[in-house]
Amino acid sequence: MSSNALTIIFSEIALIVYVLGALMYAVYTKKDELTSKLIWLTSAVMVALGGLIVFFGSGESTAFNGAFIDDEFARYGKVIILWSSAIILILSRDYLTKNLLLKFEYPILVAISVVGMMMMVSAGDLLSLYMGIELQALSLYVIAAFNRDSVRSTEAGLKYFVLGALSSGLLLYGVSLIYGFSGTTKFSDIALALGQGPTPLGLLVGLVFLISGLAFKISAAPFHMWTPDVYEGAPTPVTAFFATAPKVAAMILFTRIVFDAFGEIITDWQQIVSFLAVASMFLGSIAAIGQKDIKRLMAYSSIAHMGFALVGLASGSLAGIQSLLIYIAIYVVMNIGTFAFILSMEREGKSINNIIALNMYSKIEPLRALALMILMFSLAGIPPMLGFFGKFYVLKAAVDAGMAWLAIMGVIASVIGAFYYLRIIYLMYFGEETEKLDGSMSTFGWMTLMVSAIVMIVGVVNLFGIERIALSAASTLLN
Amino acid sequence: MVCNQGCELMENILSIATFIPLVAAIIMGLLLRGDDKSAQENAKWLALTATLATLLVSIAIIFGFDPNNTGFQFVEEHNWLLGINYKMGVDGISILFVMLTTVLMPIVIGACWNVEHRIKEYMMAFLILETLMLGVFCALDLVLFYLFFEGGLIPMFLIVGIWGGKNRIYAAFKFFLYTLLGSVLMLIAILYMWIVAGTTDIVELLNFKFSATSFDLLGFEISGGAQTILWVAFFASFAVKMPMWPVHTWLPDAHVQAPTAGSVVLAAILLKMGGYGFLRFSLPMFPIASSLMADFVLWLSVIAIIYTSLVAMVQEDMKKLIAYSSVAHMGYVTMGVFSLNQQGIDGAIFQMISHGFISGALFLIVGVIYDRIHTREINAYGGLVNRMPAYALIFMLFTMANVGLPGTSGFVGELLTLIGVFQVNIWVALFATFGVVLSAAYALWLYRRVVFGDLIKVSLKSINDLDRRERLLFTPLILATVILGVYPNFILDIIGPSVSTLVESLETFQVNQLVDN
Repeated sequence: MSSNALTIIFSEIALIVYVLGALMYAVYTKKDELTSKLIWLTSAVMVALGGLIVFFGSGESTAFNGAFIDDEFARYGKVIILWSSAIILILSRDYLTKNLLLKFEYPILVAISVVGMMMMVSAGDLLSLYMGIELQALSLYVIAAFNRDSVRSTEAGLKYFVLGALSSGLLLYGVSLIYGFSGTTKFSDIALALGQGPTPLGLLVGLVFLISGLAFKISAAPFHMWTPDVYEGAPTPVTAFFATAPKVAAMILFTRIVFDAFGEIITDWQQIVSFLAVASMFLGSIAAIGQKDIKRLMAYSSIAHMGFALVGLASGSLAGIQSLLIYIAIYVVMNIGTFAFILSMEREGKSINNIIALNMYSKIEPLRALALMILMFSLAGIPPMLGFFGKFYVLKAAVDAGMAWLAIMGVIASVIGAFYYLRIIYLMYFGEETEKLDGSMSTFGWMTLMVSAIVMIVGVVNLFGIERIALSAASTLLN
Repeated sequence: MVCNQGCELMENILSIATFIPLVAAIIMGLLLRGDDKSAQENAKWLALTATLATLLVSIAIIFGFDPNNTGFQFVEEHNWLLGINYKMGVDGISILFVMLTTVLMPIVIGACWNVEHRIKEYMMAFLILETLMLGVFCALDLVLFYLFFEGGLIPMFLIVGIWGGKNRIYAAFKFFLYTLLGSVLMLIAILYMWIVAGTTDIVELLNFKFSATSFDLLGFEISGGAQTILWVAFFASFAVKMPMWPVHTWLPDAHVQAPTAGSVVLAAILLKMGGYGFLRFSLPMFPIASSLMADFVLWLSVIAIIYTSLVAMVQEDMKKLIAYSSVAHMGYVTMGVFSLNQQGIDGAIFQMISHGFISGALFLIVGVIYDRIHTREINAYGGLVNRMPAYALIFMLFTMANVGLPGTSGFVGELLTLIGVFQVNIWVALFATFGVVLSAAYALWLYRRVVFGDLIKVSLKSINDLDRRERLLFTPLILATVILGVYPNFILDIIGPSVSTLVESLETFQVNQLVDN
């Protein structure tokens, strides 16, 4: 059994072994000059592992008595996490160099948190769930404060840590209640326990705490308070990282636990998730209107997007999970592209985050402005951009599940949200000239921006087949 | 069907027509570099060539079109997403809108010949817009339709926002958010229809009976049931797009701020999407709800006709005046559509096509003097006939057409819609006829103030008459207006069979469902 278990968990082991090896080497040589190479190497390892999962991952298997699950659903999440983290690592390089932050701990911490995320998406037990969450969160607290000479950055790290600890507390409290009332921590056994007779009240309370803790991780309103401050304070590449991979991991974990463990009481958690979805969509859309800082704006934008993804989850159906998976994949691509751009926003070597600086950007860099415009329309969900299809599937799942009211809420929120995306376009194209941005862009950043913009348009042809992949991934969860 | 050599080509001819402009826009974006004079010239000529090529293809389509076949023709279908197909086709109703678009686009391109600010992007925006507009009229799949319908907002937002007047940002945002809010409700309705009917294929949906059983919603009895709810969702979108009173307020702002060519497209083609939507979706798919709501729409239309005509009278700005007159004329269209009989619907389609030419021409007319004097204030003009006789003549013709003088296309449309509505609601018809008088009042008064009188304003002393390009632009519009006015059967023959099938199906549907209930 054990050798089999090791094969199942191979990609996690491979990554952690690599990380520890790299850490040892870097610690003993103490060379920050290595960082640049280390970033490339870490990314390469992540890309390779992702490729390994795509080509060799198959079937459905569990290890460690069901504490670790390897199925198509988990693999879908892992591939997105690995590849998006790899891209963001490379994107970070330029920024870190310019801001004298090129320390070897950075790629190592990112890789450790990626291992945590991979654990999260594969968790089949409340304990492995908690282990995964903490492993990724602890590394994230550190990199949020990575610019340790900056007050904002350390503040962000501290705030994230305190609030993150609170959420872990909530989560653990929920876990203990669930264990107390069901007598097990394994998802499948909880489902069995629920299948026998009426649901004990304590278990429901435990579920509420658990969901609150997870809502914190995906920054769904009303557990979003940390997001804008941490996004604003953390170094930009770290913000980019926060906006993508951890969100995917938490969302996938969320989906798995409510279906695998609490699939019997869908109607109970549906209400909670619907509430989180509506609150996030509206808060994200309305609060972003007043934002001047593009990182804060993206924070609220991500809150709204998570709300939309939760609409898919709230549908509680196969189509709902499928739509959620499609949504997060598209969301990650849009965000990587947008952050590739935000990383290049600077004037005379200093990063600028105020959106006013984008005034008449289309005159200075027409191509980049065009790409950003496409991404903004896509984030706003205007067809024929790919972002529209994300929303489209989610709304369809909601209407299909008889929750048309939720879909109507969603579209109203998306119209409100369209305003601030349009404002960025308006600044770039219709604004008046003020002080210009002069930041150059690394070739890789430029390519990332262009590719993600092109993906947004070309995707209309067949969504790159993601529809089918998401469908089969979603159906493994429901079996 | 016997397949000859051109068969392959003819099967995909709608896609070819639709995507020629897009391909041209991509070529322009990738290949045309630089901002100098020659690049600008190239951009303009490339855009003109592309729109003319589209026009040629569409002429081929109309020659291959068989008006007596009431089904969809030139249908093409490809797999796209799960459960959604890429399906295009035209019938007697949509083919005319395709023609309207392809005929007007070269004129629109010609109208922006003197623009210098970012001309390449300007041309690209119009070309992309043409693709999206053609797509709306050809799409035979709900989701595909929605994609084109909504996508059209993007280029129009940019056209108003980048090349518009002083207050362009406000106008662009208002236009975008207003129409977006209208259409997202339609999106929910589309999803619901997909789930209930199990398909997004418009041809199949046309034969699907949506439930019309009344039910209670929050204590209100919804007569007409699901059909009414769906009808309202579609109505929200099309009424904003038309635009109908009281959701018309975005239009005057957008028109005033848009550049001349943008106004022409907006008035001549984009507004017609609402009317087309009513004919393609609301009437045939929700017949019970349509007949339940018909009176409501008729009264809204007649309010639009009277109210916006009165508002038009007091406008100081020429474009605003014509914008309000557009709203009034669209009132005749909705009135004709919801009279639910052959004459009314014939008249509505005719009115839409003819209004496309007339309003397009009127905005060009304003554009001509705006180019010269750079103001749209009516008071800044007067006595233009002394310096611009040809201009005065053309202006006269289109003023008369706008009023609905017999012999111009405006007359046929108004007359038919009035005949249609007389049969169902005589009060509405009475008030609507009164609207004709009002439209004569504002249009002629505008003409008097701008063209007649003595030429006393200094700024106008040296104004020049139309140049060759401008005359060329007006020629097809004049021909269309006069020919359609004298011989309306060009249009009526094409739409007749399709419309009569639509009216028949409306009647049988209503009878059947009444029996079912």
